[in-house]
Amino acid sequence: MAWEVVIGLEIHAQLATQSKIFSGAATAYGAPPNTQACAVDLGLPGVLPVLNEAAVKMACKFGLAVGATVATRSVFARKNYFYPDLPKGYQISQYEWPIVQTGQLKIEVDGREKIVGITRAHLEEDAGKSLHEDFHGLSGIDLNRAGTPLLEIVSEPDMRSPKEAIAYMKKLHSLVRYLEICDGNMQEGSFRCDANVSIRPLGQQQLGTRTELKNLNSFRFVERALNVEIERQIELLESGGTVKQETRLYDADKNETRSMRAKEEANDYRYFPDPDLLPLIIEPTFLEQIQTELPELPDQKKQRFMQEYGLSLYDASVLTTSRELAHYFEETVQWSESEAKLCANWIMGDLAAFLNKGNLEIEKSPVSAKQLAGLLRRISDNTISGKIAKPLFEAIWNGEGEADALIEKRGLTQVTDNEAIEKIISEILAQNPEQLQEYRSGKEKLFGFFVGQVMKASKGKANPNQVNELLKKQLTQ
Amino acid sequence: MSLQKAEVEKIAHLARISLSEADIPLYTHHLSNILAFVEQMNQIDTASLTPMAHPLDATARLRPDIVSETNQRDHFQTIAPQVEAGLYLVPKVIE
Repeated sequence: MAWEVVIGLEIHAQLATQSKIFSGAATAYGAPPNTQACAVDLGLPGVLPVLNEAAVKMACKFGLAVGATVATRSVFARKNYFYPDLPKGYQISQYEWPIVQTGQLKIEVDGREKIVGITRAHLEEDAGKSLHEDFHGLSGIDLNRAGTPLLEIVSEPDMRSPKEAIAYMKKLHSLVRYLEICDGNMQEGSFRCDANVSIRPLGQQQLGTRTELKNLNSFRFVERALNVEIERQIELLESGGTVKQETRLYDADKNETRSMRAKEEANDYRYFPDPDLLPLIIEPTFLEQIQTELPELPDQKKQRFMQEYGLSLYDASVLTTSRELAHYFEETVQWSESEAKLCANWIMGDLAAFLNKGNLEIEKSPVSAKQLAGLLRRISDNTISGKIAKPLFEAIWNGEGEADALIEKRGLTQVTDNEAIEKIISEILAQNPEQLQEYRSGKEKLFGFFVGQVMKASKGKANPNQVNELLKKQLTQ
Repeated sequence: MSLQKAEVEKIAHLARISLSEADIPLYTHHLSNILAFVEQMNQIDTASLTPMAHPLDATARLRPDIVSETNQRDHFQTIAPQVEAGLYLVPKVIE
């Protein structure tokens, strides 16, 4: 039977505020345990939460960026459950009236664009951390993270493959970083993902029973976890079983998901409006101000790159993945005074390959945009060929110097003197009478052979366009 | 509306309150009375009323995003039953 996969994602983005959502304690990552947990975060009696304006602003920014309705009135609610990393016995969240309602995000998979609905995004507080090892049978609790502002972004069940889910997650990751509302650091848990996944016979309207996969903390894990979970559900249904609605944990070592707990019914959390917090009212002027502060967003930048630089949809998408990468590209074009396409090819090709190998982000590239531009400028003005530029790029990467100095030092300047090239061509033709005979009797494929020989004889320094032109001339003589 | 014994036990569990077997009928009675009260309120026509999230007709005041708290861990931990390496120790809960 053909199955259709249905995926919805819940993303928790830690908002990049200095202080917590309801208290004045710091949110910095990595502080010694409990040194950033104040009376409010500890849930001590008599304390009152006061909402952080920056967290509200960031949520509004996000809402505007995904074309959502930013609620003029939203309400904080208590989500009740007992767990030691949540000392109050409830988490302050939003339930019936979230701050961001119905938006959408455009994703791109295999060159096709698709719209994924965003059901809602609400503000809430993060919980602390439990450490279960090594405390004589007890658990250690660090409440530094308790009260860190989170924006929980809930998608519609609009994704039909793990690939689409990853594309959505990456797009959202890029967006929150463009907006500077979340640092996107997945290792530190700043950007976390839970996935709801179900399958149904292709063509069926009704959704199948879903399972929820918890805390998938890298793009790679999300994809692998979804794949094994989909496989598990298909096997289960095809062997006559049923899928149980539950929360499952992905075990990366064994590459399998396993049951965590039966999903509690939503009303088990006994949500109710938090009497400590008044309704949050967002004035139109507040929102207008935020609108003017929005940066150029990925989709806008992508459009501009296509129009301004004549890039393809694919190139423009890749180069606008992050603000830093887009900036690097624009700087390279500006400094090199070269074709945008040449710059795009080098950034997405050689540079990306080296960054990948070194597991580096563009911000940490040892080759600056200016340095790359220096190299590309010499390709554009025919000083060197693209082929010769490759080892030079590696040398710049390794800190051996700038393009011009390296060209000088290695004597790599391209031969663009017609006479010199013609001389090499004559020699090659004289050395290969048989091939010349065959070529003249119609075997035109041999043209490439001659080009190769000439390039080799010039040690790659002859200008390929001139070689083509002059060779053609001599061969037809 | 009258609650069943099992429902009372579930509510007690969610609130982490331990009820003795002997007390359950009493609580069942009290809680059922509360629900009867709610049922009575449900009879009122509220179509023309705006639901409120708070009894005060006021809106949230926001605070600027400034770190105003200092580290008072030692002070707070004087009242904790057990601490180690800066952590609060609690009975093990693991899922």
